[in-house]
Amino acid sequence: MIKPVIDVVHLYARDMNIYGDRGNILTIMRRLEWYGYDPKLIEYNPGDIFPEDADIIIGGGGQDSGQSKIQDDLLSIGPKLINLAENGTPMLMICGLYQLFGKFFKTSTGESIKGIGLLDIETYGKSERLIGNIVTHSQQFGDIVGYENHSGQTYLGPKVKPLGRVKIGAGNNTDDDSEGAIYKNVIGTYLHGSLLPKNPAIADFLIKQAVTNKYGKFNHSEIDESLTQVARLVAIKRPR
Amino acid sequence: MPKKLVTIIGKAVKSAARLRGGGSALPGMVVEHIDPNFIKQTLSTLPLGTVIVSGTNGKTTTTKMVVELLEGQGLKVFTNRTGSNFTRGVAAALLGDININGQLKADIAVLELDEAHAVHFVDKIPPRYCLILNVMRDQLDRFGEIDHTAKLLEHVAQKTSDTVVLNREDPLVAAIASKLSRQNIRYFGLSPELVDIFPSDERLHTENKDISNNQLPTDVLLSRLVNQTATFEFDNQSLTADLEINGIYNIFNAAAALSLVRAVMGDKLNLSKLTSSLEKITPAFGRGETIVVGGQKLELILVKNPSGFRLGLKSFDPSDYKTMIAINDNYADGRDMSWLWDVDFTSLGATGVDIVTGIRAYDMALRLQYDKVPFREVNPDIKKAVKKFIDYNKNSPKRIYCTYTAMLSIRRLLSKYTKIEGVIS
Repeated sequence: MIKPVIDVVHLYARDMNIYGDRGNILTIMRRLEWYGYDPKLIEYNPGDIFPEDADIIIGGGGQDSGQSKIQDDLLSIGPKLINLAENGTPMLMICGLYQLFGKFFKTSTGESIKGIGLLDIETYGKSERLIGNIVTHSQQFGDIVGYENHSGQTYLGPKVKPLGRVKIGAGNNTDDDSEGAIYKNVIGTYLHGSLLPKNPAIADFLIKQAVTNKYGKFNHSEIDESLTQVARLVAIKRPR
Repeated sequence: MPKKLVTIIGKAVKSAARLRGGGSALPGMVVEHIDPNFIKQTLSTLPLGTVIVSGTNGKTTTTKMVVELLEGQGLKVFTNRTGSNFTRGVAAALLGDININGQLKADIAVLELDEAHAVHFVDKIPPRYCLILNVMRDQLDRFGEIDHTAKLLEHVAQKTSDTVVLNREDPLVAAIASKLSRQNIRYFGLSPELVDIFPSDERLHTENKDISNNQLPTDVLLSRLVNQTATFEFDNQSLTADLEINGIYNIFNAAAALSLVRAVMGDKLNLSKLTSSLEKITPAFGRGETIVVGGQKLELILVKNPSGFRLGLKSFDPSDYKTMIAINDNYADGRDMSWLWDVDFTSLGATGVDIVTGIRAYDMALRLQYDKVPFREVNPDIKKAVKKFIDYNKNSPKRIYCTYTAMLSIRRLLSKYTKIEGVIS
């Protein structure tokens, strides 16, 4: 039997890929396989032709040097990404690309780096680095566990909702208890860890949206989550 | 305060600290407090100056190699042997080696310093030589970012007065050369055939494998590696040695040590002595050490970041061995578990893993599940896991990949309840 194909795009696989970002890709790929689909991984790098049939788009964080390498390219594909997002394509952007999916990143020296404005968020570089284990809560996904490591602080505008509310840790900024942002099926967050292996509810949300967009319905078997559940419980109890 | 008195106080604190058990940095701290110039004054008397070994991976074993190679050439070498790799650790080590008048009877000091401490150390005490091994994703929750780490190492190189030895195959390290003007630069490197088995972080994240700097001339090149037999090339000659040190990353770092020793010795280098000392070097404590338990080999492999873990998995063939993985997330290990997802474990797929243990055993087990690597048991209790691992696999050689604090627990356990022959420490 030919399995239905899902195209998974890893945005800037070369330059924005740090702290276990590949764990998110791997989780999407494996779970699609376990659900009976045929995932195809497409690595997108600056200058490539943007894949026409992107079903899920995943992007990660990077060094400052990585961000400067992709910035122009990102602005050039921005309109395509916005169009896909408006049409319901699921996306997950971690840390650096979460920031650049917003309106701008203002560095601590006052320089403003333009984002694509897909997410109604603004980020400001600060001297303090927010580092440590983090637990947030979302009505949709339950407790979300991960690890944050960022000096940019992000503030949400009215068009996005927070992904979660911080229970332990810092989150988007040091002023409110929001963490991450969600707009249509696009999720941005500071959580590494990697995020998706220990938060399969988010992985399955992205998968379900992608499959439903393409095939109308999402048929799936159950995955044994017993290891995941214990790993989550341990993570929640660890010191910051 | 007179130097003699500072020395006496320091030595007294050192013996007191030893009686109390451990505490290698405390006496150093006391001495640094009384006399901030203590280290500088003592080291400035050395005829061949000071060498600093830094970088994110492999410092301890490389420092040990440099020390033993120089000793093999007949030099008397001072080093911070306890691995207390920061300034106070250096002061503490000095206290053990100086006489009551504060004189250090040595020709040269070889010091292991991590980048965060080295950067301050060189401002006080500019070294004559420095060796920079690599910049890998290590302890990032402590230092922030890789670019930042590279900047710290660049500063260490800039403060060096004579020779800087750099890793040609690590783009961030090789780039330091462009920021240097007055120093002699020597590169250690790999032959093109070997480059592929030493993935740097940079190379790992790109399909374009052609970013090596191999147009730069090397001072010492690791040209061939067959099992434990390595060939190094320099000055149109080659040195082939059967090594005790294991792990390809340690063997690559031997090229670094050789280059540094060549810089120090100049034309006084004795090549046959160099080869014989190189062959005798054993790995540093916990860095690929082998212990015999119940008549079977048990290897402890320290893993602390994705590059180190990947290299470990590439270095050691899992067939015939039983494998255990012990992952802790204490402060010294790093709290972030993301790094496990940057390591490819599929090479363990055929043999599987016997036991997964440590505080984050379930994170590790989940990681293996996503790479389709089978495992027999998950048991976060290291004590129970080690016992089971040994009892269950009496007739097989064993290998344990462990993070730093897990390694400390495992060594302690092994020395307690089994008869250990030949512990190398």
